[in-house]
Amino acid sequence: MIRAKDAVKAVGQAVIDNKVFLTELDQAIGDGDHGINMARGFERVFEKIDALQDDTDFSTVLKTVGMALISSVGGAAGPLYGTAFLRAAGACKDKTEIDVVTAKTMLDAAIKGIQDRGKAQKGEKTMLDALIPASEAMGKSLADGKDSRACLSAAVQAAADGVEYTKTIIATKGRASYLGERSIGHQDPGATSSTIMLEAVCKVLK
Amino acid sequence: MKKIINDPESVVEEMLHGMAVSQPQYVTKLEGFNVMVRTTQKKGKVALVSGGGSGHEPSHGGYVGKGMLDAAVAGAVFTSPTPDQIYEAIKAVDTGAGVLLIIKNYTGDVMNFEMAAEMAEADGITVEKVVTQDDVAVENSTWTTGRRGIAGTVLVHKIAGAKAEMGASLTEVKQTAENVIANERSMGMAILPCTVPAAGKPSFILADDEMEIGMGIHGEPGTHREKIQTADGIAQQLVDKILAEGIYHNGDEVAVMVNGLGATPLMELYIVSGKVQAILQEKGIQMVKTYVGNYMTSLEMAGCSVTLLKLDAELKNLLLAPADTPAFVQY
Repeated sequence: MIRAKDAVKAVGQAVIDNKVFLTELDQAIGDGDHGINMARGFERVFEKIDALQDDTDFSTVLKTVGMALISSVGGAAGPLYGTAFLRAAGACKDKTEIDVVTAKTMLDAAIKGIQDRGKAQKGEKTMLDALIPASEAMGKSLADGKDSRACLSAAVQAAADGVEYTKTIIATKGRASYLGERSIGHQDPGATSSTIMLEAVCKVLK
Repeated sequence: MKKIINDPESVVEEMLHGMAVSQPQYVTKLEGFNVMVRTTQKKGKVALVSGGGSGHEPSHGGYVGKGMLDAAVAGAVFTSPTPDQIYEAIKAVDTGAGVLLIIKNYTGDVMNFEMAAEMAEADGITVEKVVTQDDVAVENSTWTTGRRGIAGTVLVHKIAGAKAEMGASLTEVKQTAENVIANERSMGMAILPCTVPAAGKPSFILADDEMEIGMGIHGEPGTHREKIQTADGIAQQLVDKILAEGIYHNGDEVAVMVNGLGATPLMELYIVSGKVQAILQEKGIQMVKTYVGNYMTSLEMAGCSVTLLKLDAELKNLLLAPADTPAFVQY
């Protein structure tokens, strides 16, 4: 079982590695700062979690991530991802190990946090269009009795498919919504960063 | 990218430091936070706090002072500030009469300011919020997040600021701000892009003969692109869209703001303003006061926006009341 700190390091590194890509996506339909802001956020996350003990539980680590993102990312991504991580932290309190069932509960709590804070739904071309399908795919795999590896792969695939789907629809939330019809053909930066994070998590959890 | 900076990663910090040491009679920087506060605070007055992403200077730090804002919070370039920063600003300027947050309508700004208000209210500070949404470029419907807040925000700072300076209550100041918001509309355009320092390259590319209409103030794309028109053509397009709102009629009195987005020479803004005045005269709309200059910019974007504000007797008095801030001085 991977340690919480190491899982977060993997996720953060994946985001930082994709800083330029995410910025370019955001230049096309936003204001060009998503990659910059998320990278800065995770650099702050690394500072904060370095100060924690190596064997710190998932809940404490994720709460630290959430608070660090809220106070350093800004924009819409800060409150949304910050709230997501805080809610995920709440969903795994007292857990020393994360099994795939807990992982789904955490993902669902994160999704609800994002919906509460940002008031978006599926189909509005946001990060939810990656995260909700990921949760649904995970749920289906679990119900089908698939092993944890398969459940995680299904989640990542569904998120990636969700990102592709965002290319085809019109944005009705965030800065991309100002583009109206012109937002079609562009993938959503938030859905992309969510998928990058999910991919990184699933890679280390497998 | 050619800029006069030291390090792209520290532009905001250095700008705020520069402001604080250059104009200490107006503003002080809060230690450890990207917040500028009014040096001469007035006890018992409703405090006005605004802010947003950096890159729109003089918005908003330039408006901290007598008759306008008590604090301005500076986020990273084009990025709304985080709740902890806004919360510190609120705490620093509340003198017991409560705080009004003037928020520009962008998803991030609204969420971060809301979270900060929650934090301050938990401390027992009374906080009210208004959201500026003067930009007519983007339709206000269920299909968007609503109209954006742009240069018209400065008129809210001025008028609500004057109301607060007079000793009005938080409820009255908020009501006055809402009155401005309901009666102001703006529309902008751009001919050259801006470059976010940390990104290192322009936010968008426009062909040599193109302009973007409805451009926002963050380099985010506007409503459409077309071949660049003359200044008169541009002014006509912007004012027509504003007048189409149906708020401004023959006989009305208005304030006008012809705002530069950063790289447009004052010469060009005056040419545009000349046409704006001609259109208003044609329509029988009386111009009370016009402000021409860089009030809410977008780094080095070349372009402009026009704002109209319909004035009633009270708004007129408050608009013309004195103010003394780094970027807005009026006797």
